[in-house]
Amino acid sequence: MKTKINEILKKYPQAQRDSLIPLLQDVQEDIGYLSEEAIALIGGYLNIPTSKIYGVATFYNQFRFEPKGKYHVMVCRGTACHVLGSLTVLEAIQSKLKIKAGQTSRDGLFSIEEVACIGACGLAPVLNINGEFHAKVTAEQIDEIIETYRKREE
Amino acid sequence: MNINIEVNGKMITAKKGETILSAINRKGISVPTLCYMKDFVPTGACRMCVVEVEGRPNLITACSYPVEEGLRIKTHSPRVVNARKTIIELLLSNHPDDCLYCERNKNCELQTLAEQYNVRERRISGAKNLYKVDQSSASIYRDPAKCILCGRCVRVCEEVEQVTAIDFVGRGNKTIINSAFNKGLNVSSCVNCGQCIMVCPTGALHEIDHVEKVLSAINSNKYVVVQHAPSISVSIAEEFGLKPGTDVAGVMTAALRKIGFKKVFDTSFSADLTIMEESAELIQRIQTGGVLPMFTSCCPAWVKYVEEFRPDMIKNLSSCKSPQQMLGAVIKSYFAEIEGIDRENIYSVSIMPCTAKKFESQREEMTQKGVADIDAVLTTRELVKLIKMYDIDLVNIEPEVTDTPLGTRSSAGKLFGNSGGVMEAALRTAYYKLTGEELKNYKIDEIRGDDKRKELKVSVAGLNLGVAVVSGLTNAEELLKEIEAGRSDIQFIEVMTCPGGCVAGGGQPITFDAKRVKARMKSIYDIDKVDSIKASHQNPEIKEIYEKYFKEPNSEKSHHLLHTHYQKRNVLK
Ligand code: SF4
Ligand code: SF4
Ligand code: FES
Ligand code: FES
Repeated sequence: MKTKINEILKKYPQAQRDSLIPLLQDVQEDIGYLSEEAIALIGGYLNIPTSKIYGVATFYNQFRFEPKGKYHVMVCRGTACHVLGSLTVLEAIQSKLKIKAGQTSRDGLFSIEEVACIGACGLAPVLNINGEFHAKVTAEQIDEIIETYRKREE
Repeated sequence: MNINIEVNGKMITAKKGETILSAINRKGISVPTLCYMKDFVPTGACRMCVVEVEGRPNLITACSYPVEEGLRIKTHSPRVVNARKTIIELLLSNHPDDCLYCERNKNCELQTLAEQYNVRERRISGAKNLYKVDQSSASIYRDPAKCILCGRCVRVCEEVEQVTAIDFVGRGNKTIINSAFNKGLNVSSCVNCGQCIMVCPTGALHEIDHVEKVLSAINSNKYVVVQHAPSISVSIAEEFGLKPGTDVAGVMTAALRKIGFKKVFDTSFSADLTIMEESAELIQRIQTGGVLPMFTSCCPAWVKYVEEFRPDMIKNLSSCKSPQQMLGAVIKSYFAEIEGIDRENIYSVSIMPCTAKKFESQREEMTQKGVADIDAVLTTRELVKLIKMYDIDLVNIEPEVTDTPLGTRSSAGKLFGNSGGVMEAALRTAYYKLTGEELKNYKIDEIRGDDKRKELKVSVAGLNLGVAVVSGLTNAEELLKEIEAGRSDIQFIEVMTCPGGCVAGGGQPITFDAKRVKARMKSIYDIDKVDSIKASHQNPEIKEIYEKYFKEPNSEKSHHLLHTHYQKRNVLK
């Protein structure tokens, strides 16, 4: 992982503080999340304390600090989905998996992410799990949806 | 250039470039502030300081708005007062409301403002903050539920100490002050200086309590002894209605005996011991081509900083333990032996102006055969609590003298409380060691006062010595950079983490009145002026302990008990 991160850092020669966000995005893109090690390396490179980077990164929903689960559940929280009840859907998923958005279940199987409009407003509320779309989802369906993924693992 | 503004119907002159707040304060007009800190760039975060400016639709923050010609300001119009009151009500809406049990009860800016703005009913009630307390640190207790997000702690930690252990984490109503990855201060780069505590307006930050364990030790069959740091006797007076800075050494000693401590020792004695060892080490380093510049090692926050951020410079740190730990080691060896007490039965307490001393006392290096040299560290604030708890009338009791041995000090040892004091004491003794004569003029003005850096070049017995004194780790770091870049005219550097030294330590009574710190500092210098024993090597008890026990500085025995080593620390930094 260290080498991967150093590879990314190499793409930013003479980086200043303003490279922080793009760097964080690149690292997350590559290793899936912002590990402690990654943040420490970036901090060392840009000469920014880890607490500051953590502060900045937690300001944005897009960053996660745990590796993604095998099934990554993206819950659209865009306007259309919101109006049609995506908050209750999110809450149902959170209580089903016993984790919050941004976290990963202990068995490493599931993780949740809140995302902005994913361009499928006609199908709102929308879930995207590892590229598979679930349209017009209701809170009641969550149990079944999650179980189908769980079954795949049995 | 002067600028004329009208405040509450009266014309006042302001200086170009200054803020409304600074202009009105100079004329004796106050507005409440929360996020503002003197000498820091304003952030305008809390909006407590808002004022009404004629012709402006919005209220303006006095702490950050520069004066302009012709401004017409109202500082207490109904609109302004109402706005401030609403801010306070909002801050209280998710606040825990357990003032009765709060560390800062009666000394809380939020509480004072609520009273001042007549907030006497709950109009807005929000969901209470449910955050976990962070008590992972040996020194600092953080309760984010009481935090009002003023950001003062964050700024001190970053700007004064260059540690940046904490920052704003998260966003919106979920924002919290925390260490990286919310992992707790114990694994962060926090150096335990407590400067964040000193600026926190509420009870969100305080020291880890040692009062309870001291009380139970006193009420057990342990042999409980206490030492007090040089700055303590000049720092507690103000908490008992006496003039700030008054030296109450004698009555404090009496009070400590009334509380039940069997022996009262003076850390200034072991400060003298430190000087004997440290000056010998310095001379040795200079004469044998050792690593220079040498850094003082009395400040445990500074030591931790070097271990974390400057591991390459660990070899520059003096190997001397701090006075607290020297005395701790001597109490459980020399003292135990001469008194015939089982060292394991001694419970050794120290009273320090410092929170980092709690951490230091728990370092593995500060133990002998698995027994800690210091069992509990009380801050000045905790001592005040103890005295109040025992109902001791500090004004009317008879003063008493400290115990011997380990209780007699020189005034040089007392100087350790001030930034520059360790250096001054060291120079007095080094001069004597190098020339065999006493310094004629004891007072070394160049390294007194509260400048952020003090430097001095002296020539003693053909030896050219450059010394520097810094306080505040940002100032220390600046000097380290110069040394890294090749500066070689300095051989000895005194570093204290708290700006101004221990008199302004993180364990001191909480006050925003800089005059109090100055009064403490002056009081220490006044003591030095009148005392007859002005240098560590003249202290008769120091002579005695070397004759009877250590033989000479840097002897095998002193290395065993009075010196230590440091280690690189991997923390989230
Ligand atoms: S104790 Fe000092 S180093 Fe630690 S968080 Fe507070 S200000 Fe920062
Ligand atoms: S902990 Fe205290 S100083 Fe820090 S932001 Fe909160 S209220 Fe302000
Ligand atoms: S708002 Fe959910 S897809 Fe557009
Ligand atoms: S004191 Fe002015 S905005 Fe906080």
